[in-house]
Amino acid sequence: MSFLHFIVLMPFLATILIPFLYKKWGHRIHTGWFVVFVPLTIFISLLLYLPEISNGNFIATSMPWIPSLGINLDIYLDGLALMFALIISGIGVLVVIYSIFYMSKEREALHNFYIYLLLFMGAMLGLVISDNVLALYTVWELTSISSFLLIAYWYERKKSRAGALKAMLITVFGGLMMLAGLIMLAMISDTYSIREMIASVNVIQDSYLFIPAMILLLLGAFTKSAQFPFSIWLPDAMEAPTPISAYLHSATMVKAGIYLVARMTPIFGGHSLWFWLVAGIGLLTLLYGSLRAVRQTDLKALLAFSTISQLGLIMSLLGVGSAAYYFSGGEQQELYALALFAALFHLFNHSTFKGALFMVVGIIDLESGTRDIRRLGGLMAIMPVTFTIAVIGSLSMAGLPPFNGFLSKEMFFTGMLQAAEVNMFTLEGFTILFPIIAWVASVFTFIYCFILLFKPFFGSLRLDQLPKKKVREAPLGMLVPPSILAILVVVIFFLPNVLSDSLLKPALLSIGPFTSLNEIPFEITAWHGWNTEIYMTIGVIVVGLLLFFMVKNWNSILRIYPDNLSLNSLYNSGIEKMESSSSSFTNFYMTGSIRHYIMYILIAFVGILATAVISLDSVSFNLNFKANVSIYDVSILAAMVVAAFMTLLTKNRITAIVSLGAVGYLMVMVYVIFRAPDLALTQMVVETATTVLFLLCFYHLPKFGKRIEKLPFKLTNFLVAISVGLTFTVLTLIATNHKLYHSISSYFENAYELAGAKNIVNAILVDFRGFDTMMEIAVLLIAGLGVFTLIKLRSKDGDNNETK
Amino acid sequence: METLVAIVIGILFTIGTYLILSNQMLRIILGLSILSHAVNLMIITMGGLKQGGPPLLAENTTRFTDPVPQALILTAIVINFAVTAFLLVLSYRTYKMHGTDNMDELRGNRHG
Repeated sequence: MSFLHFIVLMPFLATILIPFLYKKWGHRIHTGWFVVFVPLTIFISLLLYLPEISNGNFIATSMPWIPSLGINLDIYLDGLALMFALIISGIGVLVVIYSIFYMSKEREALHNFYIYLLLFMGAMLGLVISDNVLALYTVWELTSISSFLLIAYWYERKKSRAGALKAMLITVFGGLMMLAGLIMLAMISDTYSIREMIASVNVIQDSYLFIPAMILLLLGAFTKSAQFPFSIWLPDAMEAPTPISAYLHSATMVKAGIYLVARMTPIFGGHSLWFWLVAGIGLLTLLYGSLRAVRQTDLKALLAFSTISQLGLIMSLLGVGSAAYYFSGGEQQELYALALFAALFHLFNHSTFKGALFMVVGIIDLESGTRDIRRLGGLMAIMPVTFTIAVIGSLSMAGLPPFNGFLSKEMFFTGMLQAAEVNMFTLEGFTILFPIIAWVASVFTFIYCFILLFKPFFGSLRLDQLPKKKVREAPLGMLVPPSILAILVVVIFFLPNVLSDSLLKPALLSIGPFTSLNEIPFEITAWHGWNTEIYMTIGVIVVGLLLFFMVKNWNSILRIYPDNLSLNSLYNSGIEKMESSSSSFTNFYMTGSIRHYIMYILIAFVGILATAVISLDSVSFNLNFKANVSIYDVSILAAMVVAAFMTLLTKNRITAIVSLGAVGYLMVMVYVIFRAPDLALTQMVVETATTVLFLLCFYHLPKFGKRIEKLPFKLTNFLVAISVGLTFTVLTLIATNHKLYHSISSYFENAYELAGAKNIVNAILVDFRGFDTMMEIAVLLIAGLGVFTLIKLRSKDGDNNETK
Repeated sequence: METLVAIVIGILFTIGTYLILSNQMLRIILGLSILSHAVNLMIITMGGLKQGGPPLLAENTTRFTDPVPQALILTAIVINFAVTAFLLVLSYRTYKMHGTDNMDELRGNRHG
């Protein structure tokens, strides 16, 4: 166990301590103050690795878990992992501080909250630095589970539970798909290590499992990162407390899918299907999210759709960037690798401004009592600091200078313009759509950013509309975390290359087709001359402003789209249909009638036996057997058949019982002619006792039960019965005709020498196979006890129903 | 002889199956009894029929009928008797408790 292992396991260890701390000091000191040291320690420890990683090195260590199966806690800390880990722990610190002021010490069950949060943090850290795919899957599902727990934190609310369930179903579905994909990759490459998989990329690309593994992995990534059409869980996950929305559903968990796609790019990059799926779905998500976000009236829902849209943006950049693997070196490769670089840059930027915006919304919610933009307005004068942070966050999201969103948006346009010239894959004509979709989505992004900024803060303050009458600025502690993020947003704009050199380039080294840091030529510049990108940005601003001020005139167009065709209602009706169809299917065959169940068993039985007999072509028997037939045999068997038919056909139960007795006594005679004296004796005694029992049972029937009933003829019963009989006749004939081995019976003929008995059957029963007899005695004993219990024991409730 | 027995086995199986598919408890038990007879016949047929004297060493014969199926059937008869007795008493109790022997009526109230 190395120091890195300790860092990853620290949140899990802390979860054990939290309940004790909460119990001892929870009522005096907010539990969050204890928790904040965990991400802080992790963040600082990770910073210590930064110089090493920035030089293009990596750190790999391992700890055995299930070594016999090759499953170990392998850690691989490279640029990509470190970048994610720093985002996770850094924003973790800020979110915990924010939650100290957001979550009330008196009203909330804080120990639950922080345990779930720490579980999530540990799982997420483990996810990004794990090199072993099965360990990766384990923590991947742990993020789903802890996210489920956090969304349903206020479990007494119906919407929280529904949102948590939806998120769980969708992400676990994707997780299982991903597991299948990872196992396929492990099968092809014969290793569980991602690094070794990347090393054996040629083997993987030649395998027939390459495409299935790719699609399954992408399903996992798309569900987790809320890509179209799996994005529906994210808006519903907004029922979680706002610190959770800020942390999980904007900065970290939804980027797990992005991480997976980035991590797998060296394996799948360069393939046209990967390019089209990742870039296409990404752009679709970008457009869908930005269009839906404009319609929202709830601030958190707006942010949720904006998150979906921005995740689509990052995903599309990763898709376009994967084309870099198609080329080996040269200017083309560099141009596409720029898209990968832009994806990483925007990923970092998005974590900063989106985290800040969620915290802003949380402040508005807490201070005014509502998140509905139709009731909010004029908060600018009351909340100047919050307003400033909101300005920075939303303008950065809109892609305006002087904020970091501007830089990554420009690089996004560059990447998409580059994609338009893709001509090495099939369907190249469609790539011209890439920059157009990107531009349209950017316009809508611009509009919802302005809605987010203008609706709550400008206009007139309508105190009568707000649940809380006294609206004031948030406490300092709540403002510090978003302020830090907002400062970061501005600082990154002015000093982008510090971030780029220390984090982004090493991260690009992990996912791009480069072998050393020196090969990466990118410099981020705020001003890059009058080129297409800057005209596109100006176009976004002009068109966006125009549309924003006329928003009332066209916004209703977006509402024309009917709600019952939305993905949500598709999901809901799909779930309902699945439930109703499975229950109607169950009710269809689980009738509760014993007759039906016996039919299923017999039909299956006959079906399997008949198929086996016919398909194995074993219907071969001759009818010339050794035993001779005498007139006695024929008449006894004929009498038995007649008696059996009497049992079946009679209307009277007494007749049925007596004719069954006749069958039994005729069996005695059959045993006699088949030379089985012991059987004949036993059968006679048993048959007598059985008949007596039948008659006894019949005698005790209630009066009305003695009615004479004819067995009604049912064709299905008859057919089943006939086929069962036919099957057994055929089976008997086949079996008697195929004697593969000699019988072992000659051994038992030594009964006198071995056991001192002259009756061979009895010697078998008590000497050679005495165990059977003992158990058979036990069966008789248990049956006797059962009969006794049935007669003697009466339940208290049952006595009332008893008809005597 | 084996062919004849095989046909009888088939007939007994048909009758037994038809009886256990009925909805009266007593008939189901009757059907089970007939099925057990059929199965016993089947077992004894497997050992070969009439291939020697009864398996008693005192007889002055050298060829005996196969004793193993006979031992198996003997066990089966006793177990079958135990089960039949138990089922009969169970049906008797069911009569007393519910006043019916119709399996459809005994399905219970499915609508609560």
